[in-house]
Amino acid sequence: MRRAFVQLLRTELRLFLREPMAVFFNVLFPVLLLLVMGPIFGNEASSVFNGYGSVDIFMPGFVAIMIGSYSLVGLPLTLASYREQGVLKRFRAAPISPGMVFGAQAVVCVLVVFLGTAVLIGTAALLFPLRSPDAPLQLVPALFIATLSFSTLGFLLGSVLRTARAAQAVGNAVFFPMLFLSGAAMPRMLFPEWMQNIGAAMPLTYVVTLLQDLWIGQGWNGTALLILGILVGGNLLLATVLFRQS
Amino acid sequence: MPSALEVQHLRKNYGGTTVVDDLSFTVEAGEIFGLIGPNGAGKTTAIECATGVRTPDAGHVRVLGTDPHALPQAVRRRVGLQLQESGLPKRLTVAEAIELFASFYPSAAPQEEWLERWGLAKHHATAYADLSGGQKQRLGLALALVHDPDLVVLDEMFAGLDPRARMESQQRVRSICEQGTTVVLVTHFMDEAEALCDRVALLDEGRCVALGPPNALTNRLGASVRVRFTAPDGFDPETLMGLDRVASVRQNHAQVAVYGHDPLLSAVTKVLDERGRRPSDLRAEPTSLEDVFLRETGTALAPALTGETTGF
Repeated sequence: MRRAFVQLLRTELRLFLREPMAVFFNVLFPVLLLLVMGPIFGNEASSVFNGYGSVDIFMPGFVAIMIGSYSLVGLPLTLASYREQGVLKRFRAAPISPGMVFGAQAVVCVLVVFLGTAVLIGTAALLFPLRSPDAPLQLVPALFIATLSFSTLGFLLGSVLRTARAAQAVGNAVFFPMLFLSGAAMPRMLFPEWMQNIGAAMPLTYVVTLLQDLWIGQGWNGTALLILGILVGGNLLLATVLFRQS
Repeated sequence: MPSALEVQHLRKNYGGTTVVDDLSFTVEAGEIFGLIGPNGAGKTTAIECATGVRTPDAGHVRVLGTDPHALPQAVRRRVGLQLQESGLPKRLTVAEAIELFASFYPSAAPQEEWLERWGLAKHHATAYADLSGGQKQRLGLALALVHDPDLVVLDEMFAGLDPRARMESQQRVRSICEQGTTVVLVTHFMDEAEALCDRVALLDEGRCVALGPPNALTNRLGASVRVRFTAPDGFDPETLMGLDRVASVRQNHAQVAVYGHDPLLSAVTKVLDERGRRPSDLRAEPTSLEDVFLRETGTALAPALTGETTGF
């Protein structure tokens, strides 16, 4: 069983790295965003950001972009094309459980996010006087929690959407409003109140909040944790039911 | 030793339509068994229910003596399934696919040897999407057999293959069986089934209409030859019934099929010649499973499958 899982994981990682578009949108896009927005906003310390600068505050937001794009576009696209191409059917004929297939995807998602985060922070540290995050060690488990909980949303979409085309269309339609309104691309504290209210209805907002608060020294955000927890429970339940039916 | 596959009173409905209707058959260890019938007869649904891939609405199923719904993983470790419409990720290479699927089983064949045996060594680094139809099918077979299963199910393995690849596939099915694996062949190709199978179950609208060895089924027709031709204008095929070689005559529009025994062709030719109108498409063939199917259901397989433009 372990050998099978390790092999499945290796295979999924290889396949991810063979998709140039996937690597670009999930790993390199936030770096590109940093190269454009970093020089515009600079990294002067600001009281709005608890003594941190704009580039500092971009970091947790851009990490949330990776989590969002992989979970909402990458994962559903992979699962839907697996269904379309008969890959899920071939797996079904083998002695492996759907949980193993999902599990390997979730681990790939975590690895991609950690890889992307490392590239992003490395680039930022080279180009700007980046400040160290307030709680670097607590950010690691937070990143885990945020990625795994958000990836369940991807499994849900991947269980419902039958074709790669549908997955791409729906995934992007869900992701793009979140990209701007959750505060991932632009700090939410700069938004007018009505925009903040719309953002409050978006799950990605709580990924941003969780990571940002730890980054700028405001500790664990209980509300964000609770909402992400509810997201995991609801998604897994729905995804299991819907996946069984497919 | 338990039967390789035991199916009793299997039933499956989809949205109010009965796709498999009270189907029963048994596959004995060591044989090549054919589940045959036209597209839409319920073959795929039946075999997927029988192997635990789908859940039947009613019926009793045992795979190698085990209930595939109670112990799915145990059954899948001993069974190879080449299901219809199953594929692999586009960018996965042949060698990686074999490595991956071999890791699912405790006792899988060594990779190098497997690539060699299935004629895939040359293509080991080729991505799945770049393989030809025949190569994809060979890889599918290799993956279904990588753990040396006791039973292998091959659903429509001849579909979409050119004649040479079809011949090659027949050879492979024979050699799989010779190595001690029981084979269930699901197909709408009557010729392949007749050439390969020890026994066949003929399905129509979810029901089994005939079950037995192909030659026993054709023997029961009471005719060894079939002569077909397009009736010339004004010709009444009923006149052929008087010949002592003729067992039965069927007509569908201008198409006539005469069943009987040799020398049937010369007898029919003589009658037609006496009227001075020998049709250019006059031909005789040994009776086959197709004729069994026709007799049992009153309809022919879809025209494209039998090579005919009209059914009898």
